[in-house]
Amino acid sequence: MSNLSKLESQSVFLLREAYRTFQRIGMPWSMGKDSNVLLWLAQKAFCGRIPFPVLHIDTTYEFPEMMEFRAWAETHYGLQLIVKINEEAIARGVGYETHDPITVTHELKTVALQQVLAEYRWDALITGIRRDEDPTRAKERYFSPRSSEGEWNYKDQPPEFWNQFALPPKGAGGHVRVQPLLDWTEYDIWLYIRRERIPIPPLYFARNGKRFRSIGCQPITHPVPSTASTVDEIISELYATRTPERAGRAQDHHERNAMQKLRAKGFL
Amino acid sequence: MHFSTSEEVVPIVVIGHVDHGKSTLIGRLLFDTGSVPEGKAEELARAAAAEGMPFEHAFLLDSLLEEQAQNVTIDTTEIRFRTKKRRYAIIDAPGHKEFLKNMLSGAARAHAAVLVVDAQEGVREQTRRHAMLLPILGIQHIIVAVNKMDLVDFSEGRYREIVGALATLFQELGLPEPTSLPLSARSGENIVQPSLQMLWHIGGPLLEALDSVPSPPRLDALPLRFAVQDIYRRGTERLVAGRVETGTLRVGDELLFWPGRKRARLRAFAEWPTETTPTEASAGRSTALILEEEIFVERGMIGSSLERTPIEAREFPAKIFWLGPDPLRVGEHYELRLVTQSVSARVLEVDRVIDAETLSVQDSCKPGVEPNEIAEVLVRTQRPLAFDNASEIAQTGRFILAREGRILGGGIVLGARYPRASLPPIQSSPLFWTEGEIDRYERARAQGHSGAIIWFTGLSGAGKSTLAFQLEAQLFRRGIWAYVLDGDNLRHGLSSDLNFSSEDRRENIRRAAEAARILADAGSVAIVALISPFRGDRRKAREIAEAAGIPFREVFVHAPLEVCRARDPKALYARAERGEISEFTGVDSPYEIPEAAELEIPTHELSPTECLEQLMKITLEAITLPNRPSLREDPAANI
Ligand SMILES: Nc1nc2c(ncn2[C@@H]2O[C@H](COP(=O)(O)OP(=O)(O)OP(=O)(O)O)[C@@H](O)[C@H]2O)c(=O)[nH]1
Ligand SMILES: [Mg+2]
Repeated sequence: MSNLSKLESQSVFLLREAYRTFQRIGMPWSMGKDSNVLLWLAQKAFCGRIPFPVLHIDTTYEFPEMMEFRAWAETHYGLQLIVKINEEAIARGVGYETHDPITVTHELKTVALQQVLAEYRWDALITGIRRDEDPTRAKERYFSPRSSEGEWNYKDQPPEFWNQFALPPKGAGGHVRVQPLLDWTEYDIWLYIRRERIPIPPLYFARNGKRFRSIGCQPITHPVPSTASTVDEIISELYATRTPERAGRAQDHHERNAMQKLRAKGFL
Repeated sequence: MHFSTSEEVVPIVVIGHVDHGKSTLIGRLLFDTGSVPEGKAEELARAAAAEGMPFEHAFLLDSLLEEQAQNVTIDTTEIRFRTKKRRYAIIDAPGHKEFLKNMLSGAARAHAAVLVVDAQEGVREQTRRHAMLLPILGIQHIIVAVNKMDLVDFSEGRYREIVGALATLFQELGLPEPTSLPLSARSGENIVQPSLQMLWHIGGPLLEALDSVPSPPRLDALPLRFAVQDIYRRGTERLVAGRVETGTLRVGDELLFWPGRKRARLRAFAEWPTETTPTEASAGRSTALILEEEIFVERGMIGSSLERTPIEAREFPAKIFWLGPDPLRVGEHYELRLVTQSVSARVLEVDRVIDAETLSVQDSCKPGVEPNEIAEVLVRTQRPLAFDNASEIAQTGRFILAREGRILGGGIVLGARYPRASLPPIQSSPLFWTEGEIDRYERARAQGHSGAIIWFTGLSGAGKSTLAFQLEAQLFRRGIWAYVLDGDNLRHGLSSDLNFSSEDRRENIRRAAEAARILADAGSVAIVALISPFRGDRRKAREIAEAAGIPFREVFVHAPLEVCRARDPKALYARAERGEISEFTGVDSPYEIPEAAELEIPTHELSPTECLEQLMKITLEAITLPNRPSLREDPAANI
């Protein structure tokens, strides 16, 4: 079996384990490339119908192209879509215009997520994170327990091997992050998008010598120089590059180990 | 550097004692092969300088602030890189004893291991413990990297000393001979380029050693094992969702589902998008099955082909490692998970505990296994479990033990017995196994002995019934429950519908074995006296017992045909010779001499007392409770 097929099968396996293990599941979906691969894999896992809701945390700083894609995908795939905005923080005036990116990301993404978790009482979240995205994600488990405050106890993670997963004790509160894309690299994601012809938003393709490699909030996401305007060209570009994928994501580089601090508090 | 376009990813774990330089070695490898993202090293160097710390290559892996501050790896990290030949997933494992659970979480998915040993410190406790875990993790390919050679002046003598010590260790552990090389991770000697400091070293640098690890073996040629994860409904169809763990599955194949041996034919696969649905699925593939027959299949079951089936049993020997935090206690219940099966289980006996500090083996009847220990144990499950020996199929030969969702340990099945002849599939559905609250072991403890089957085989007139009833009486008088199932008596009731054709004889034996199993399960010594002339039938009886974890002892009660004929207690030989009865063993039907009987009793040579002594001996040995050494040493004295 090819490497891509192995990755696909492992992800499907994980999605099915999650569905079997947890009662109330939600799947964050950012409309980005990884999110769309995850959506695709979930359809594979459940033979064409995703049996849980998909969540978009809308920071109100989204690219218009992404919002268009969201509208298209919702009907195309027949998603049970939940859209969440942290209205309370917006009302308080939290925004990139006035606050640092760590605070805004925390308020508009992490806190918004906590609000959804409280509202829907989800016991599992299916995430699209990958080990190669950043060094703290490289230490993640497939099933990662989070406290009732959404925190990640990275200093004492449960053992996990042979595709057997630790579960929090009953009544412990909190939720479990199930992370089916952990083994994938950015390169694998693109090979798979090509193989399966997975629809993705147009921002990933170069226009005027620039393209987005990783997409977040508009004010803090910067395109990288590139001429890759097709999936094939992106694959060739990635094969040669040594620039990290998230170089264009400002919150990652705000201070030393910014990602560790963000993620410990529950950022995806 | 020119990189490979090969898609294959080989996972390799770096293990060894704390501080021996594992993370530094990986950091250096990434650095020297140009695999570090642009700006990353500079960023780390700046951050370290700001905190007044020296830059360590290990920081490329040890990304947590806590790790960098203490210069210790807490949790395992996986990082990708490419050589000219292929892609690698390099897994950095922590060496600190306290983080063994994290080391295992990383190492368990590796195909090969680099064992790092500090040239100054030499082999230490975690060097041994990590090496001991490799066979349990199924890791066959090992590279020994003797690191920090700069600290021993690149001395060939010191290198040879350490390699020699490891060769002995590996031999004791039954590990294959490793590839060894000296290096200095910090200064980058012998990592990517051969070292000028160690010209005495023949053989390439680490990178070359990695590239010469053979590719992971393909699993499609192994026997089929399909692990059922869930059942989905699509319209009126039932989809059996799961993964082909090993082997290959094709539309039209006949399958058996275990435990339970239920048979069905694969009508089609169900996948999305439907256009790419295959007609064949091989090892590793997640898919869903649509079966021809409406059989009862549920999560946990393992699908196999009709041949090369898994073992179905409730008891098996295993080698386990224990993580804790609390010790494993003999007799306590844990959740055992094997692929997607989950059953309640406990350890009945701890046979050997291996100490990683001294490598000494304690042959013991210990009450438990301490955290970080590796032990050989006997496991018993509450319901039948389908599995393989790990040496045959690793995927279905390994399991974890958990409690309240927390994984406490893991292990592999070692030396369980496969059924030699396949049993007929069970047709009735749904089929359940109900378990009472009291099981055999509680009964055994209460009555001071466990049950067993003593199976007497031999010609008519050899002395089976006489001996059987004498043994029964002897046992009973010593307070041991015993009951004879005599061939003649069975024919009056349980088997009154059967004649003496070889088919009916087989069925008669199956019934006797099942009845004996029930008696033994209830705690009695079931003494079966049956001519049982055919080896195959006796073997089946043994399998019925062993699958249920019941000791089975075959006793060949032996006397030459002429002696039996002369004895002829029921005048049967005479009648057979006159043709009044047909298919009589020894006259017009053969008797197959046992090849592997536990005891042979030549009744024409031994006195009745001698016969009985020998029978008592094997019976008492079979019913002795585990973990009671006094019973083992002098069984008779205690009873
Ligand atoms: N002199 C010398 N020091 C080395 C060498 N390799 C590693 N070290 C040092 O040894 C110390 C420990 O190195 P690490 O790479 O963190 O060790 P480790 O095996 O990853 O440790 P744990 O992950 O905590 O078990 C660091 O200070 C390294 O700089 C070497 O080749 N020579
Ligand atoms: Mg380390």
